[in-house]
Amino acid sequence: MRTALWLAGVAWLAFGNSALSADSIKIGFVSTFSGPTAVIGNDMRNSFELALEHLGRKMDGKPVEVIYEDDQQKPDIGKQKTEKLVQSDKVDFIAGYIWSNVLLASLKTAVDSQTFLISANAGPSQLAGELCSPYVFSTSWQNDQTPQAMGLYMNQKGVKSVFLIGPNYAAGKDMLAGVKSTFKGEVVGEEYTVWPSQLDFSAELTKARNSKAESIFVFYPGAAGVQFLNQYVQAGLKQQIPLYTAFTIDELSLPLQKDNALGVPGAQEWVNDLPNEQNKKFVEDYRKKYPDLRPTYYGAQAYDAAQLINSAVVAVKGDLTKKDAMKAEMEKANFKSLRGPFKYGNNHIPIQNFYLQDVVKDAEGQLSLKTVATIVKDDQDRFHDKCPMK
Amino acid sequence: MMKTRLNAGHLVAVLAVAGLLVLPLYSALSGNIFVLTLFTRIVIMALAAASLNLIMGYGGMMSFGHAAYLGIGGYAVGILAQEGIGSGFIQFPMALLASALFALVIGALSLRTRGVYFIMITLAFAQMAYYVASGLARYGGDDGLTIYKRSDFSGLVNLSNRVQFYYLCLACLLLTVFLIWRIVNSRFGMVVRGLRSNEQRMQAIGFPAKRYQLVCFIIAGTLCGLAGALLANNTDFVSPAVMYWTRSGDLMVMVILGGMGTLFGPLVGAIVYLLLEELLSQITEYWALIMGPLLLLIVLFGRGGIMGVLGRLSRG
Amino acid sequence: MLLVVEQVLNGLQFGLLLFLLAAGLTLVFGIMDLVNLAHGSLYMMGAYFAATFVAWTGNFVLGAILALGATLVLGIVLEVVALRHLYGRDHLDHVLATFGLILFFNEAVRLIWGPAGLALQLPDWLTVPVPILPGIHYPAYRLAIIVVALLVALLLYLGVMRTRIGMLIRAGASNREMIGPLGINIKLLYTLVFGLGAALAGLAGLMQAPILTVQIGMGENILILAFVVIVIGGIGSIRGAFLAAILVGLIDTLGRAFLPNLLRQILSSAAASTAAPALSSMLIYLLMAIVLVVRPEGLFPAARR
Repeated sequence: MRTALWLAGVAWLAFGNSALSADSIKIGFVSTFSGPTAVIGNDMRNSFELALEHLGRKMDGKPVEVIYEDDQQKPDIGKQKTEKLVQSDKVDFIAGYIWSNVLLASLKTAVDSQTFLISANAGPSQLAGELCSPYVFSTSWQNDQTPQAMGLYMNQKGVKSVFLIGPNYAAGKDMLAGVKSTFKGEVVGEEYTVWPSQLDFSAELTKARNSKAESIFVFYPGAAGVQFLNQYVQAGLKQQIPLYTAFTIDELSLPLQKDNALGVPGAQEWVNDLPNEQNKKFVEDYRKKYPDLRPTYYGAQAYDAAQLINSAVVAVKGDLTKKDAMKAEMEKANFKSLRGPFKYGNNHIPIQNFYLQDVVKDAEGQLSLKTVATIVKDDQDRFHDKCPMK
Repeated sequence: MMKTRLNAGHLVAVLAVAGLLVLPLYSALSGNIFVLTLFTRIVIMALAAASLNLIMGYGGMMSFGHAAYLGIGGYAVGILAQEGIGSGFIQFPMALLASALFALVIGALSLRTRGVYFIMITLAFAQMAYYVASGLARYGGDDGLTIYKRSDFSGLVNLSNRVQFYYLCLACLLLTVFLIWRIVNSRFGMVVRGLRSNEQRMQAIGFPAKRYQLVCFIIAGTLCGLAGALLANNTDFVSPAVMYWTRSGDLMVMVILGGMGTLFGPLVGAIVYLLLEELLSQITEYWALIMGPLLLLIVLFGRGGIMGVLGRLSRG
Repeated sequence: MLLVVEQVLNGLQFGLLLFLLAAGLTLVFGIMDLVNLAHGSLYMMGAYFAATFVAWTGNFVLGAILALGATLVLGIVLEVVALRHLYGRDHLDHVLATFGLILFFNEAVRLIWGPAGLALQLPDWLTVPVPILPGIHYPAYRLAIIVVALLVALLLYLGVMRTRIGMLIRAGASNREMIGPLGINIKLLYTLVFGLGAALAGLAGLMQAPILTVQIGMGENILILAFVVIVIGGIGSIRGAFLAAILVGLIDTLGRAFLPNLLRQILSSAAASTAAPALSSMLIYLLMAIVLVVRPEGLFPAARR
């Protein structure tokens, strides 16, 4: 019985995936579809699917097949799935990647096999600097760009001092370093919390209050953002010290943060109300197709990834062996991005605007994000000099 | 214990090893490279599980921190590679040495306790190792460390060649199983197994129980460090995540699933567990909904794991 | 000085919460000799039930009481259907089987409530900070947790020390074989104890829910801490669990609060800010290792076998 199962397993691996037809565009999509952060992966998949629908599920007349793989938010699993996509499914493109560590673990597999990889979220500094590659593009940002924009905004508001709190892992350190690189006032305190196991921030909030800082800046993605905001409000700090954020409030966390998030600003390269045509269509169709959900920046970036791939396929008239021509086309960013037009830097990271977003009650009385102002125009990451590509 | 007559369990073990030996041939003929990639990982995890089985199955030491050595072996390779020392002849011995030292220290302290306390104190040490690695800012911290060049064995064996690397891992696994077989059946092994069933009696006869157990603990840690060094080469990457307590749990599950205290149980357990995970996750995102109760059922109705069930079946 | 008072309160609150979780765990462990990794899942279920019932009834207290009952029932069902058959088995069998239960509960929750998690809103009267000393305002809800947890601890103490069932529980914790011949319906006692443990875990989960979020896997990190607590305290000992929980809560919170500044006095600022979080997260594991090296059966070994 066991032997039979084992053989069946091998047979599945050997033949299970060979059903895909040869003359189609194959795209692998690696994201997190199980565990607590599956909600992000689902949003990316929803948006990617919507993009394909808008494209008629065809690129240059050829049918598109997507294989979704779950990285379980673990670097080694992500790496294994990437290998499967490259070696077994022989995909033409790989997209997705929420987490910096999963992307960094998977990068080599894609680059070594000369498969184009489109990061639809993760933006570690190495990717923008020494690890940049002709085969890797980003439809998101480099980690530091968003907090840098927040630092600039705090300067514009005339904030004199700040207390920084963030999780103790690479992206967390990048975020706080980002703010410090642009904020001109005094940094009176800097606290790192254990990630991801620390859920209680009472000790840090108490210190922030006693520091007499004029403001607090935090970076807490996902559920931690909900927890931080809950505790910030319960400690009575909302009336005392204003909060500035990066990646802490989005459409996924908002239904859980509720009124706690009202009036707390954040910086982002995409907000659901950006006034360009393609974005209006995206948001409208998304809400029609998935009635209970609202699109997020994760989804918008995944949508852009599909469009970027399409632009490359169309440019070479479906001849996917012309890698140089595809690369040259993608470098032009010749597609209608949901954030509006942008350019690529030498390192294939977008040079783009960052907007100030605020939480307001919309016409239906629901909490939603709203663009308030453009903080910075055509911002380029600060690691592009380290990238050997010119 | 070792000299039972042949049963269905042995047949499965022989089949599994034979299958592993000819797998690259199958992979080459069918053109399916991924099956080789997948089984390389399975073989490495089987090696780690086999080392855990030495202390858990034969020695009765329930370590809940065994994944720590996967990380230590991996970081030894990764850190040396980062610092420009690419030779496998330095990296691998360092990986083994570091694991052995760690095992010596935590073993000496942990063996003062027993039972559930032993489970928890080994867990505590592994968690500390996890947090130390997370704090290594120079080596990637929580994000992990990419290894750009696999260990270099100057022409002896090329780790970047899939087939060669696979056979290297398989050779390490089979040698480990052989070594464990020799250990278990040696006088030393008899004592360790005796300690498992009755520590007081063995001590009364005059065996320094703790010292025997400690040596056994160090051997197991060192072997798992080898698995860690191989794993780091296989993934070209090492991160604190491989040391997290759930990974130690995975290793335990593989050993128990296959059959504790049987020579080939961990191998069979690793193959079944990792294949099930891969297959179920291809069928449905909710694979854990099937996997969870399956584990429960195996415990309730399949005493002694797969090897135990097979042994009973063939006995009628 | 005021800072210290406030941080001590923070640590106390965290420790008391750990105690609620650890109390059930140590009872089940001590009496039935069952290693129950799925205890964290019951904590999670308590939070999910609370979020659902509070939204349903519109009343925080009523929803919490309903959730408590639901976790109790769930615990009893779990014991009767699955865990009862594990008594007397090897500890490793427990680990494997209850590890499987964790996987099952996580996925079941995802199927029923979706992957996004839920929010449990506090009523307004619990969200305001209250003055406790001149110059110190403390979140009302955290104070409420301290009060409720202390009450439960007191009830538990009285129940275990002063009632007949409590006597049996104590007898079971120190000598399992003894209560059989006393003519007690052991099966029923075990089921009751497990249900009680489940309810306590559920209470911890639902009280923690408004501070944290209600999400899948929320029980796993805190479960490890609860194990640390019962091992430090000595398995089967409620008193040990109580003291160890407070100790762990205080050390964890005060370590995070003051260790970075302490280190800055010795090391350079940059080195201190990288070393401090890693070191402070290690503190409780270090504490456990030290306690076990010095006293291999915990601070208050309940069992003398």
